[in-house]
Amino acid sequence: MAFTVDQRELKRRAGKDRRFRVFAYSAIFMAGAFLVFFFADIIATAWSAFEQAELRVEVNYNEEALTMGDYALDEEMSYLVSRGFTRLIPNKIRENRQLLGTTVEKWVLADSEVDQYLKGKPNRLRKAERNLIDKLRAEGRARLGFNKGLFLNGDSKLPEMAGIAAAAVGSFYVLIITLLFSFPLGVATAIYLEEFAPDNRLMQVIEVNINNLAAIPSILFGLLGLAIFINFMGVPRSSALVGGLTLSLMTLPVIIISTRAAILAIPDSIREGALALGATRWQMVTSNVLPLSLPGILTGTIIGLARAIGETAPLMIVGMMAYIPEAPDGFTSAATVLPAQIYTWSADSLRAFTERTSAGIIVLLAVMLVMNGTAIYLRNKYETKW
Amino acid sequence: MDTGTIFLYLFCGLVPLAIVAYFLATKKTYSIKFEGEEFQSTPDSYGWYAIVCTLSPALLASFLAALLQMCGVVEVPGTALVATAIALGAGGLAVGLATVKPSLRARAVVEKLIVKMLFVASLVSILTTIGIVLSVTFEAMKFFDVVNIWDFVTGTTWNPDEAVAGKDSHGVFGSIPLFAGTFMITAIAMVVAVPIGLFSAICMAEYASPAFRKTAKPALEILAGIPTVVYGFFAAITVSPLIVNVAEYFGLHADFTNALSPGLVMGVMIIPLISSLSDDVITSVPNALREGSLAMGAYRSETIKTVVLPAALPGIVSAFLLAVSRAVGETMIVVMAAGLRANLTWNPLEGMTTVTVRIVDAFTGDQAFDSPETLSAFGLGLVLLVVTLLLNIVSLVVIRRFRQQYE
Repeated sequence: MAFTVDQRELKRRAGKDRRFRVFAYSAIFMAGAFLVFFFADIIATAWSAFEQAELRVEVNYNEEALTMGDYALDEEMSYLVSRGFTRLIPNKIRENRQLLGTTVEKWVLADSEVDQYLKGKPNRLRKAERNLIDKLRAEGRARLGFNKGLFLNGDSKLPEMAGIAAAAVGSFYVLIITLLFSFPLGVATAIYLEEFAPDNRLMQVIEVNINNLAAIPSILFGLLGLAIFINFMGVPRSSALVGGLTLSLMTLPVIIISTRAAILAIPDSIREGALALGATRWQMVTSNVLPLSLPGILTGTIIGLARAIGETAPLMIVGMMAYIPEAPDGFTSAATVLPAQIYTWSADSLRAFTERTSAGIIVLLAVMLVMNGTAIYLRNKYETKW
Repeated sequence: MDTGTIFLYLFCGLVPLAIVAYFLATKKTYSIKFEGEEFQSTPDSYGWYAIVCTLSPALLASFLAALLQMCGVVEVPGTALVATAIALGAGGLAVGLATVKPSLRARAVVEKLIVKMLFVASLVSILTTIGIVLSVTFEAMKFFDVVNIWDFVTGTTWNPDEAVAGKDSHGVFGSIPLFAGTFMITAIAMVVAVPIGLFSAICMAEYASPAFRKTAKPALEILAGIPTVVYGFFAAITVSPLIVNVAEYFGLHADFTNALSPGLVMGVMIIPLISSLSDDVITSVPNALREGSLAMGAYRSETIKTVVLPAALPGIVSAFLLAVSRAVGETMIVVMAAGLRANLTWNPLEGMTTVTVRIVDAFTGDQAFDSPETLSAFGLGLVLLVVTLLLNIVSLVVIRRFRQQYE
């Protein structure tokens, strides 16, 4: 029988093959395009939050300003200056009596509506106020400067005063608690399972259980934290302690799984060498296995912590999204964290908070990128092929 | 004394004691060694042995006291606790030093204890799971005392607000609209994530050059690392208005809290989960299978469709199930972008709410802690727990039962 090739069939198949290939590549490019669009969108919204409007005004420390700070300014200017500044004037005079009767000219924080207007965004200013600002700008008495307050202030009801400092400190405290609890427990569990555990039913249950724990929705950890830590153990609500404990239970499986992988990657010849020299199993672990698997363990820990720092839902359940303007002064005082701060700002109706939300997001993403970058660097640098 | 001070005193008392124990014990072994007797272990093992003797009674006692106090059995005053603990530590130190003898196998004693401690550490993960199951179940039972479980499972109206109105009338807790919303958003997420994730995995495993793979894989994983609160903000601020505008263009009405935008964004979030798990199973299909198929004259795509994917199917199915469980339990995206209104509809352009949204809402409102609305969160949490555990177990079983073993 002669072997014939159906050219049309072959062409059809080749076309299908090409289309499949195009589909495969376009899937990746779609994901990539989303990533680019996402970052462009966030940066575009956030960009202006790193700038802050300031006005050069004459501050007149007179007797009336002792009762209400607004009197220190021209009446029309007092509407444009941030209430965060005028409110502090009476105290300032009381603290320094010599100020009374003097007049100084200085740059002060502008109201958030002025800020939005100077940035060319929708605002609620009246026509006369806009004209006044235009005049000030022409005179060089209104400017957009770098927004230091964003990094130095805590939360505030006034958008122009609100910053991420308190939330950042809170996040740091929570992270320390998380690290303190999940790292030793996770590494100990992994060492036990890999090096000491007998192969029995209980160990199988523990192993399945760790995998299950890694896939339980984070919000359920919040319910656990609420029921066990707050209601049963009496850990203070909204504190960095309860947040950190809750997150450490969530981070635990991540650390266990990656530590086990790191320990498993170490060849048995090294263990046998140590044992042959008369070391006990524990000495073998501390002097050979652990030092060699440390880079892998650290990589897993950093990735686990990076996930913990971006987690919000369980922390909301244990009360870490209250309005907290001051940085916490300990592990048991009320604290908030960066993601919770982002959430509360995003729920605020004032437009000026939207750009702050984006700015907070950029800071959070930067922290996460640095952490993940460190993890990748560690992995590449200390990667050993046995 | 508050807890922090107690810890401080315990720390300041016990740590120096432990250090003293270590030095005294090693010193004793050295002095006996010079007298000519052979020890079973090295001096530092005896040092550690003494530390163990000092710390374990003190810590055990304080732990017991804390436990009893938490269960409300006895009220131990802080001063007494610290004093007893330190006294016990000193006693342990004395006993430990007295028992340091050449015949004592200190290394074995210490290591046995260490292994026991490691074992206890590995129980924490089990305790966590038990804790989650018990705490959610107990609180959920309180909820089902108030609300008929049958009404909860089959009711089509969710309106907890009446709980605030009067003490004797609680709200209506029919959970079907919440599950419908969860299902709708999960389905939308899957429609986005499964094709893109699977094709990305195929591309990376079968087509891409190593260099392309090396950049594409971490880039995809960035998507998995973005915090969900950020996705939620993006869905609410950028995607929702976009969808409303597009819908208007086609003459449709879309709510700002439509189910489509959280679904789409959640789908993007899940892409890396599906792609990296599928990538792993696809690359583990042995090359001999591919080469066999290609040698028969099949095109690359035909090989993938008829040989590689069927071989990798269990892994892909398990990745799919994990992705569903992630989508069902995802919270922040839906809290920020989906609605609060329980709405039983097939239209993804309308606002819908989900199980996780209602859980968060129950705790961020200002209800009393034991109000039916707050407790309803635990009822919903219980269902969420059961669903995700089932999905995880099924995915484990699928992998174990149907995985092909290649030589």
